[in-house]
Amino acid sequence: MPEVAVVKKRQERPQKEKNIITLKTLKAQKQLMFMSLPFLAYIILFSYVPAIGWVMAFQDFKPAKSFFNQQWVGFKHFQFLFSDSGFLRVLRNTLAMSFINLVLGFVTAILLALLLNEIKNALFKRTVQTISYLPHFLSWVIVAGLVSNALSTEDGIINILLLNLGLIKEPILWLGKGEYFWGIVGAAKVWKEVGWNTIIYLSAMSSIDPALYEAADIDGANRYHKMWHITLPGIKPTFVVLLIMSVGHILNAGFEVQYLLGNGLVVDWSETIDIFVLKYGISQFNFSLATAAGIFKTVVSVILIYTANTISKKIGEEQLI
Amino acid sequence: MKTTKWTKIEDVLFNTFNTIFMIMLVIITLYPFANTIAVSFNEGYDTIRGGIYLWPRKFTLQNYRAVFATGTIYHAFYISLMKTVLCTVLGVFFSTMLAYTLSRKEYVFRKMITTVLVITMYFSAGLIPGYLLIKYLGLLNNFWVYVIPTLISAFNVIVIRTYIGTLPESLVESAKIDGAGDFRIFLQIIFPLCKPVLATVALFIAVGAWNSWFDTFLYAPAKQSLSTIQYELMKLLASTTATNTDPALRAGALQGSEEISKAMVTPASIRAAITIVAATPILIVYPFLQKYFVIGLNVGSVKE
Repeated sequence: MPEVAVVKKRQERPQKEKNIITLKTLKAQKQLMFMSLPFLAYIILFSYVPAIGWVMAFQDFKPAKSFFNQQWVGFKHFQFLFSDSGFLRVLRNTLAMSFINLVLGFVTAILLALLLNEIKNALFKRTVQTISYLPHFLSWVIVAGLVSNALSTEDGIINILLLNLGLIKEPILWLGKGEYFWGIVGAAKVWKEVGWNTIIYLSAMSSIDPALYEAADIDGANRYHKMWHITLPGIKPTFVVLLIMSVGHILNAGFEVQYLLGNGLVVDWSETIDIFVLKYGISQFNFSLATAAGIFKTVVSVILIYTANTISKKIGEEQLI
Repeated sequence: MKTTKWTKIEDVLFNTFNTIFMIMLVIITLYPFANTIAVSFNEGYDTIRGGIYLWPRKFTLQNYRAVFATGTIYHAFYISLMKTVLCTVLGVFFSTMLAYTLSRKEYVFRKMITTVLVITMYFSAGLIPGYLLIKYLGLLNNFWVYVIPTLISAFNVIVIRTYIGTLPESLVESAKIDGAGDFRIFLQIIFPLCKPVLATVALFIAVGAWNSWFDTFLYAPAKQSLSTIQYELMKLLASTTATNTDPALRAGALQGSEEISKAMVTPASIRAAITIVAATPILIVYPFLQKYFVIGLNVGSVKE
């Protein structure tokens, strides 16, 4: 009887979670295998096979020679990296911009989400949200163009505003001064992503039990009390997950915005590890040094993610993996 | 009661401040576009005089005509479009197929494939080894370099798999009893039911494919026939930052006679026009798919 079979199968399922590979199951699942194993091969080829190239970091890799005829040099390239002032500078830039972006990103997104959450007029709220997501969908090429227009000394809106407000006496060459670069990148990232980053917090806020707010009302809590004691704790799990993910990406300050907005005048502030890798690797064919820098980045990221995840497990918060 | 009155005034103040803040946010977000649109419709040499804010002073279509006069932008637009369509269609289909198999709890390789997939979200071999792989695969200066390496993304697969997990299990089981194989179940039952989440994933893939320029920059920088619109814009951005501040050009423009200025465009005005051309497809698609973002992001944030 088909119906009976279905019911029986469902009851059995919880117990036999462990899947044992037998010839019979393999045969029964040949369609599933056919639909997934090619993708497994694809993922391994494009994401794991390149890691074989890591041996380049321990060789003086010459593209002309065959892979196994290269000269082995041990940790030479890593030693060079950590004594090279150029690399230490891009490391500093990467960490600084990542940190600025991390803090600015979280603070502005949570603030905007809190403020949006207080708007009771649904149409106004939706309109503001729709407009605030918009820049997220534009490429960094477009955004970098808009930013450099806005900061131009000729008719950039920022200089015009500051001049008219009497805050400065003559236009500032914003993109020509290294000290401003980190701030400009931070501001550009906020402009592009703040609306988008609020989505996840707003949906976390909307799933907070309304009874909590009602109870707080009865206890005489005002708006700020409710934000502080109900809304913020309500989005804490979301925040922690996002924080763990961001910590793992601390050496990924990005590449595009720094590359597009950077120029000869600010190179000491604008170059990140990714640009360093590109410069040595692709432009100067120093594959070994660039790969060593790439390995450093990946290894640090994986260690950071693992550590953040472990800590969060220990303190009983949400975890990622 | 004194306290409640205070709270009411505070509320009014808060709401007023909040509304003003939101309006300012909207202005700050929209102004750069409005300004770029105005510049793109303004005569190039007139723009250099400054003072174009929200509306063109001397309206012209010359900038757009100049952009499309050479075949370069047409072709780049076409390549961008082909790349976007192929990446989206293939990416959505293959990701859903993989996601379906990973949603089958009885599947013996489920755990293994999931682990291999999830690790790619945190681990990458790096730019140079990746570049060499592309080179060894013969994909340099090849159109397929835009499509093949981007087909499966761990994030998208997990989003879709989570969504499939919310569909009733009995759908698959009753189809199995009726004798349908997994491929058929996927194609005829699961795939059509995934529409809401697929719209989200398709949007993400399409926007990513349309917006990327780094792949052209890295894998086909000198091959004009593979250039994309974002890459053309990027080259222009790199070249005009210098000329923009050239005093000679500025002075010439200020003294330029009316007839000359009418026939001419400047790098800045061309750039504005290409920016609008590159942004338009996104601006057209985006309002229609907006309602799906939240579904997608929420599903994406749930991890097993």
